[in-house]
Amino acid sequence: MLDIQSLQIHYGGIAAVKGINLSIARGEQVALIGANGAGKSSTLNAIAGLLKPHAGQISYNNQDITTLAAHRRVTLGMALVPEGRGIFPRLTVAENLAMGAYCRNDTQVIAQDIQKTFAQFPRLAERRLQLAGTLSGGEQQLLAIARALLSKPQLLLLDEPSMGLAPLMIQTIFEAIKTVAQSGVTLLLVEQNARLALETCSRAYVMESGQIVLADTAQVLLDHPRVRQAYLGEMGEPT
Amino acid sequence: MDIFVQQLINGLVLGSIYALVALGYTMVYGILGLINFAHGDVTMIGALVSATLIQLLHAAGLPVPVSLLLAGGGAVIVCASLGFSIERIAYRPLRNAPRLAPLITAIGVSILIQYSAALIWGKQYIALPAIITPPSIEFAGAQINHLQIAIVILAACIMGGLIWFIHHSRMGRAMRATEQNPAVASLMGVDTHAVIAMTFLLGSAIGAIAGLMVILYYGIGHYFMGFMLGLKAFTAAVLGGIGNVGGAVIGGLLLGIIESLAAGYIEQLSGGLFGSNYRDIFAFLVLILVLLLRPQGLLGQRSGDRA
Ligand SMILES: Nc1ncnc2c1ncn2[C@@H]1O[C@H](COP(=O)(O)OP(=O)(O)OP(=O)(O)O)[C@@H](O)[C@H]1O
Ligand SMILES: [Mg+2]
Repeated sequence: MLDIQSLQIHYGGIAAVKGINLSIARGEQVALIGANGAGKSSTLNAIAGLLKPHAGQISYNNQDITTLAAHRRVTLGMALVPEGRGIFPRLTVAENLAMGAYCRNDTQVIAQDIQKTFAQFPRLAERRLQLAGTLSGGEQQLLAIARALLSKPQLLLLDEPSMGLAPLMIQTIFEAIKTVAQSGVTLLLVEQNARLALETCSRAYVMESGQIVLADTAQVLLDHPRVRQAYLGEMGEPT
Repeated sequence: MDIFVQQLINGLVLGSIYALVALGYTMVYGILGLINFAHGDVTMIGALVSATLIQLLHAAGLPVPVSLLLAGGGAVIVCASLGFSIERIAYRPLRNAPRLAPLITAIGVSILIQYSAALIWGKQYIALPAIITPPSIEFAGAQINHLQIAIVILAACIMGGLIWFIHHSRMGRAMRATEQNPAVASLMGVDTHAVIAMTFLLGSAIGAIAGLMVILYYGIGHYFMGFMLGLKAFTAAVLGGIGNVGGAVIGGLLLGIIESLAAGYIEQLSGGLFGSNYRDIFAFLVLILVLLLRPQGLLGQRSGDRA
């Protein structure tokens, strides 16, 4: 479904991503883990079209989308929940959700889907007319995910959905993510919380300083000494 | 004649016009953080195009309401195209440039439009023949003519319509989303370039109507008239809180009323030293006071993160 070949991303003259390969089959849940500054967000932003790669190719459903504008990728069935959530703070919760369905024109189904979203996330329903900027961090993350789902994506890209949240909220968020995965949506999950990522996904890539250093099934990586030491906080100082 | 009521009414009319022009400044500022100094000149083009069309259509023997309608339509088309082109040609290539670049470009575009107008219409005043002599009515000791009533009602309809559009239409929601976070808006499938183009187009079309009102109200126009009108409308936008559409409306009306009242009383207050031809001072006094006392404007919340 998604195929990345020798992707390089530069900021000014500095290389943040140094030629990575990554591919995801339809229906898979794949994690991308790594420390701060490894280049995970850069990779995700390039996939979504927010960044122009310095070199390399990104294909989606066998179509070369390397230079396609971000707003056109949405209509191809791709959605990114960006790092820091990216909700529209001065739109209401309901308006944020409506923005998620912006690329669709089946108005009546959209209204039903928004109702379903409210049924699934009562916290959002209670706050539907509240400005999104007044929500708590966890509620904003829920909103950001619900909003992305309203575009009916086939590929959902999630950038650190657990960032800055309390354990209970993380649990809620990840339950929602697992439900999405079970519904057949392909997932690429970026996480610093490696254990959570490996428990949610079936396969993972490990990224260090702009390069992919490991790629295997979640099972193997959970037992991998390097992963255990660097990312699972065992046998050494936690990261 | 009651000078207070009279000046209040005059101020309301003037303020309606300022508010319409201020909307163009505030919408563009909201979405791009750019002060589009050329906007006053787009309004000037609207006024001069209207004047020319009214003269031509009148000479062709069309009834006055029809020629006004057609002239307004013509001005809207010309200005909307002009605003759209300015964005496309002058501002879009500078989207990621340092902030100073589009600002200087805006001043350049303003001068370009002024001198293009001077080439087309000449540098003399363009006078509208007295083809309409609106009847007046008496109200609370003051005179109001039908043109003044029409200006206020039309302006109110445009402002109400625009606010409805921004808050309740799909496109309006996309405009607000783009204003708050363009990158994320594009992740929702919004073509942010198209939204920005639409903002220029709408603001310029409204400016065209304001230009038509000015030419009908004062009866004369000039290639340089957009400068003062633009500065005052910009002041109105700052007074209301630049970037805030409701603020532009309130700022425009307030500025018009302050200016008219002050002009009505200045001779009295200054013991005859200054006449009402000093009225332009008040807009800038207001601007200075706002910048000193409440730089975010009446309805602005965020202070100075973009200005
Ligand atoms: N806009 C930018 N300008 C310059 N350098 C940047 C920019 N964004 C990221 N970088 C640099 O690129 C590298 C990779 O950043 P990126 O945000 O992709 O990392 P990440 O893996 O997502 O990190 P984190 O876990 O902290 O979110 C970092 O060294 C970062 O400093
Ligand atoms: Mg990141």
